[in-house]
Parts: sequence; structure tokens; C-alpha cells
Amino acid sequence: MPENDPPQISVRHLDMAYGDFVVMRGLTFDIARGEIFAIMGGSGSGKSTLLRHLIGLQEPAAGEVLYNGADFTHADTQARNQILRKFGVMFQGGALWSSLTLAENVAFPLEEFTDLPAETIHDTVELKLALVGLRGFEDFYPAEISGGMCKRASLARAMALDPEILFFDEPSAGLDPVSARRLDELILQLRDSLGTTVVVVTHELASIFAIADRAIYLDVATRTMGGLGDPSTLRSQSTNENLRLFLNRGMAGLHLHQDPATGAPFITATHRRSL
Amino acid sequence: MKPAATSPDRESLVITREGGALCLRLAGEWTLLAQGRPAANVLQAEFAQSTRLPETMSFDLSGVTHFDTALISFLLKCYDICSATKTKFEFDSLPAGPRQLLLLATTVPQVEDVHQRIEKLNPIAQIGRWAQNSAVESLEILQFIGDCMVAFWRFFTGRARFRWSDVWLEMQQCGVDALPIISLIGFLMGLILAYVGAVTLRPYGGLIFIANLVGLAMAREMGVMMTGVLMSGRTGASFAAQLGTMKVSEEIAALRTLGLSPIEYLVLPRMIALFLMFPLLTLYANFIGMFGGLVVALTMGLDYSQYIIQLTNAVDLTNMSVGLIKSFVFGLIVAATGCLRGIQCGNSSAAVGLATTRAVVSGITCMVIADAIFAVIFNTLHM
Repeated sequence: MPENDPPQISVRHLDMAYGDFVVMRGLTFDIARGEIFAIMGGSGSGKSTLLRHLIGLQEPAAGEVLYNGADFTHADTQARNQILRKFGVMFQGGALWSSLTLAENVAFPLEEFTDLPAETIHDTVELKLALVGLRGFEDFYPAEISGGMCKRASLARAMALDPEILFFDEPSAGLDPVSARRLDELILQLRDSLGTTVVVVTHELASIFAIADRAIYLDVATRTMGGLGDPSTLRSQSTNENLRLFLNRGMAGLHLHQDPATGAPFITATHRRSL
Repeated sequence: MKPAATSPDRESLVITREGGALCLRLAGEWTLLAQGRPAANVLQAEFAQSTRLPETMSFDLSGVTHFDTALISFLLKCYDICSATKTKFEFDSLPAGPRQLLLLATTVPQVEDVHQRIEKLNPIAQIGRWAQNSAVESLEILQFIGDCMVAFWRFFTGRARFRWSDVWLEMQQCGVDALPIISLIGFLMGLILAYVGAVTLRPYGGLIFIANLVGLAMAREMGVMMTGVLMSGRTGASFAAQLGTMKVSEEIAALRTLGLSPIEYLVLPRMIALFLMFPLLTLYANFIGMFGGLVVALTMGLDYSQYIIQLTNAVDLTNMSVGLIKSFVFGLIVAATGCLRGIQCGNSSAAVGLATTRAVVSGITCMVIADAIFAVIFNTLHM
């Protein structure tokens, strides 16, 4: 990749707010083509909100999002739709259209945005569902399958058009460990074979360390970025205490809590108690 | 040793004070179901005078036979009292079990500013707040109307993205499936109008004018209004619920991320379906209503052909078209209000219920207002 190419996704001084309540401010980072990028943070830190800003479902209070150097935030509908065609999005609960079968759900983007014949669409749908392990469930409705299966079907739909960028909102939440592992492998494979850029919102530490090239940590305490970089490096060298606690799953050893009377150590949740 | 307070029965709590050290001895059963457990405000006496606050609070739980969360709740309240008065809470005086649980409950400090402040506003402020909300609401409505117009424009220029199968489905569900209820209500409405008319007309020997009454009332007003109200409750609410649930489960967001306009894909088919079905349903309701009037007339001894001749003389094309013109507009109103409330739906199941209610209420309100406007227009046009 030539050095003077703009990064695939750029976020510049992004502020996110709900009315007067500021969720996060001053977010600035880049995501390179073919990178697997994780968005991490505690509860209420605005991870899903950040994702929604990246895909254009919410307008920032300040700052902008750029795709290949082109301003996405302030673009007109035409230009925006052009950029949107390059995404695939997997929502937290699946967000499958409940009146359509799985096959119809996955076929939807293909039917709307390509002129492929029905035969080809059918084959493509079969492949995508097979990739997520749902072959045979084509004619089931979302209400008839489990939550985990809905998530996998929604991933198949996100992949339908072979997008350049895939966005995942908590993909492993609710998946059993084996499925979660398979999902990680699928993500790595998509990047390696197709060069897809992947942006994942997740808390799943195993996934973060397995697949993420770089990650950003949204710190609830300071309401801004707490860290940006390779997860392993962040775990050992970050100066942000909350980030290190997050990546080490809150293990004691970083910070011994003491029973104030006796001085005896005890293991608690992540915050330090003060009296 | 200054014995302070004892509780009513079984001495489950004994408070002793030695200078600055407060000791609470608990005994007996400290469970949720046990009777006579003292509440933490029993300690108020010790903390009443700010000059003589205890410096430490410790516990003696050796006499406690059974405990569950009731004990921990009590201890937590004591902890809160200590935090407020800067008294030292002696954790190590507690046995391991309750101590660990209490430590878990107290490690994350209570977040202060999280409570939603529900302000009680004075009446002037309430009016102001209402005005602000109305302004925002009006803007949303205007935006929605604008989006619908754009969608229709794109439809007429052949560029709108939606599925025709959705239009046929909605036409079946709103149109064909509504025929039974329209038949029933239409027939009964004609019946009722005829009986009401008969009361006034009988003394004058003008029973035959029941035909005029029922015919004109149904054709001009009742047919279309009744269809409108029925369809608002039936279809408007259904649209609101469908779109509201789609909003809650992020299906609409999924459409938007594909670059599709939810207005074009979801609202447009519904508006087209109702625009086409409403006049047909209204026509049908009119005829069924007139039939109801006929039935009453026959039971009152009027002649069938006489009734029909009177009816066809009274209800000419102009009168029929008054109702039909209104029906096109009412169809659009029901679809628009139903879809708008669905799209405005909040993020919970309660919000979906609210959306359906608002859909029906706004639908009916807008239809009545439109009816009034039409009444003036038609009067001016001498229709």
C-alpha cells in the first residue's frame, strides 16, 4: 500500500452526545485497509454508539468520519449511499427482517444492488449460510431459530455483497465457546483471503487477543480514548489503569485491595473502594 | 458499659456504647421471614447529637443462629450511616461470610449523579415544556411529510426502491380482510340511522325519506368516517406496531445501513395500498349501509321499489363523489399516521404500545379535521 494513500477509515476529533449528555469526546484514530480493529470499553462507554457513528446511523456532535479521505459525515445522500454499499453490518441482536426467511434475508442485498440472476443469487446465499454453519436452515424464519443462529445468519447477510469493510457489534455475545472460536477463525479468513477490513465492538478478551491487530479503549472515567494500539502491548505497557484492568480481566496482582482493618488482601471487582 | 437500646423481642439487637466505640450485638434469626427484626434507624439515637458521634462501629455476631440477605441489608444500612458520619466501620469484627458479601456490596461506590431527576415543574414551566415538545414534534411531522412527498415523487418517476409484493400483501390485509368487519358495522350503521330517522319522520308521515337520510348520510359522511375510524384502529395501529417493533429490533437500522430509505421501503407500499383500498372499502360500506336502511324500511312497511327509487334520486353522483374524494385523503392519513408513530417509536415494548395508541388517536383526529375542512370546501363548491 503506497504511503500517501489515505487510511481506509479516519475518525477526527469525534464527539458523541445524546442531547446534553456527552458520551465520548475527542476520538481520533485511523483504521488501515485489511486491518482487524477492536473497539473496547466498559459498560456505557459508547462502543455501540461509536459503531453507529461510523456507519452513519447517528450524527456526531462534533468532528467527522472519513472513508478513504472522503468526508462521510458531511456528504450528500448520493455520496453517502456509495460509501454505504461498501459496508456489511452485523447488529447486536441480529436484526434480521422477521418477515423474511434466512435465505431471503441474505439474498436481500444481492437482489437490491446487483443484477445477478436468481440462480446465482441462490448459490451465493447457500455459500454464505454454509460459511456460518447454517446450511439447511434457508427456509426458516428468524423467530424459529435460536438467538445464536440469528447472529450467524445476520453475519451471512453482512457478508452477502463481499463488502470491503465489515462491522460487528458484539458478535460473540451469546455464542457458545466453540461457535465463538469458529467466528474468530472466519473473521481471520475473511481478512486473509479477501482483504476485508473488520471493525469489531467486543468485550470478549479471547477474541480481542486472537484476532485484533489494533484496538481502541473507550474510557468511561475520562470520557475519551484510554488507549490505542496492539492489544498485547496495551495490556502490559499502557499507562491507563482501567485499560490494564480490562485487558487482564480485573485480576489482583495489578492492584492489591486491602481490608482496611487487618490489612488482609481480598479479591473484588475492578474499582477501588474508598471510605 | 452503658446499655443503650434493646429491641422488643428476643433481644436480637443490643447496642452498647463505650466512649467513642459503638458495638452492636446481634443474636437470633436474622432472616427475611423472621419476625421482629429491628430496622437500622434504631441507631439514630446514637448518631443524633453531632458532638457525640461514635468513632467506630463494630459487631458481635456470635449469637446469630441463621442469617440471609436480611442481615446483609441491615449491615449495609449501618455502613451507609457510617459513611455519612465518617465513623469507622470495623469490617474485621464481622465473620468471614457476611464480611465478604458486604465488601462486595460496598466496593463500587454509589454513583451520585445517575438518578433521573424528575422535576416537578410549576404550571408556567409545564406550559413552556409542552410548547418546546410541540415544536420538536411539529418539526418531525413536517420532516416526515417531506420525506413522504420525496418518496412519492421517486415513485412516480420510477426510481423508488420497494417491493410490489409488499403492496399486494398490504392490500389483501387492509382491504380484503377488512370486508367482514366493514360489512357488519356498515350494515348496523345504516340500520341505526334508519331507526333514528324513523323517530322524527313518522309523525309527519314521511317514512319514505328514510331513504334520503340513510343514503345521504352514508354517502357523504358516515360511510367514509366509519371506514376511517375502523381502519385507523385496525390498520393504523397495525402499521404502528409493525414499524415500532422493527425499530426496537434494529431492523430499520439494518435497512438504513444498506442505503435504503425506510420511507421508500416500508411506508410507501403501505400508503399506496391504503390509497387504493380506502375508496373501495368506502363504496362498499356505503352500499351496505343503504342496504341496512332498506331492511328497516321493509320492516316498517315501505315498498322495496319505492325505497330504491327514492334512494337513487336522493343520492346522485355528486353526493357519492363527496364521500369518495374524502376516502382517498383519509386513506393517506391513516397510513401516514400509523407509519409515523411506528417510526417515532421508543426503545421498549411499552413504547410499541404507546406508538399504536398515538397512531389511532392522531389518525382519528386528523381525519376529523380533514372532514371539517372538506365540509367547508364542498359547501363553497355547492357540492
